[in-house]
Amino acid sequence: MAVERFPVEASHILMFARSIGDSNPIYSDATHASDTEVGSIIAPPTFAQASAQFDPDYFLRPKDGQKWFGSGGTASGTLSQNEDKADSKSDDKKSGSSAGGLHAEQHFTYHRHLKPGDVLSAENKPGESWEKESKRAGVLKFSESITEYRDQNGELVVTARSVGVVTEKVIEQ
Amino acid sequence: MGLKADGLSIGDSYSEVIVEDLTRTQIVQYAGASGDYNPVHSDEKFVTEVAGYPTVFAHGMLTMGMTGRMLTNYVGDGRLTYYGVRFVNQVWPGDTLTARAEVSEVREENGQTLIDLAISTTNQDEKFVLTGNATARVD
Repeated sequence: MAVERFPVEASHILMFARSIGDSNPIYSDATHASDTEVGSIIAPPTFAQASAQFDPDYFLRPKDGQKWFGSGGTASGTLSQNEDKADSKSDDKKSGSSAGGLHAEQHFTYHRHLKPGDVLSAENKPGESWEKESKRAGVLKFSESITEYRDQNGELVVTARSVGVVTEKVIEQ
Repeated sequence: MGLKADGLSIGDSYSEVIVEDLTRTQIVQYAGASGDYNPVHSDEKFVTEVAGYPTVFAHGMLTMGMTGRMLTNYVGDGRLTYYGVRFVNQVWPGDTLTARAEVSEVREENGQTLIDLAISTTNQDEKFVLTGNATARVD
């Protein structure tokens, strides 16, 4: 994702660490952290993904004045009442793409670990795209994107590679 | 504190239960912290009636984040140089997940000792939900 300004803040790291069930004090306790090898609070390894919070166009966050595709009075805010009823439990399982696809792979290369006070920018480059046939989900369309996170000094700190997949059929276990 | 290279052998492994009986609330917590509010993760009406899934499911990145806790508990804070995964099956509310790392290589690069790890996370049915690799600096 492309983000102009992603300020890394201690309270955000705390909330993120809580959400993944990680009570390691390196993510919340500055006094503890100052006595460790890393020397300060750092962010958990997958934290760069929370740059979504600072992407003004991120499509998986409801935005003021725009219809949201999740449910309100109807099952989806972007379908009319009629469509909503008609397509409920319809014959064919819908494409997983109704939710914008699924996350297939995620890779992070750490040049250094993020810490409170960093102000990052993220630049996005499209990668490869390919298709695969699957018994469980039909035709799978994969696409890759590379995000480079740089700090306030322009140094590359994290490189992320993400692969998304759009499935022909809904995947159930 | 990192791991010590001289005490490590290929095939050494470490595992942790990273979540027991995953709750919908934790999935919502992750949505809020990460900023990914895709309704497939929290909106029962949307996910069953529009997207066509049996119920809400966890963000792949939540499973990757929880698996990352196992990794940093094993290799130490700030030691990872690479962490990458594939999401191979969905994670549902009620799942209990175990994450495991196995040393696949101990090597030297630019004067540093690194270990490569093969990672997997399985659910209560011993089905893989995540597979991947990581590299960490060791002492």
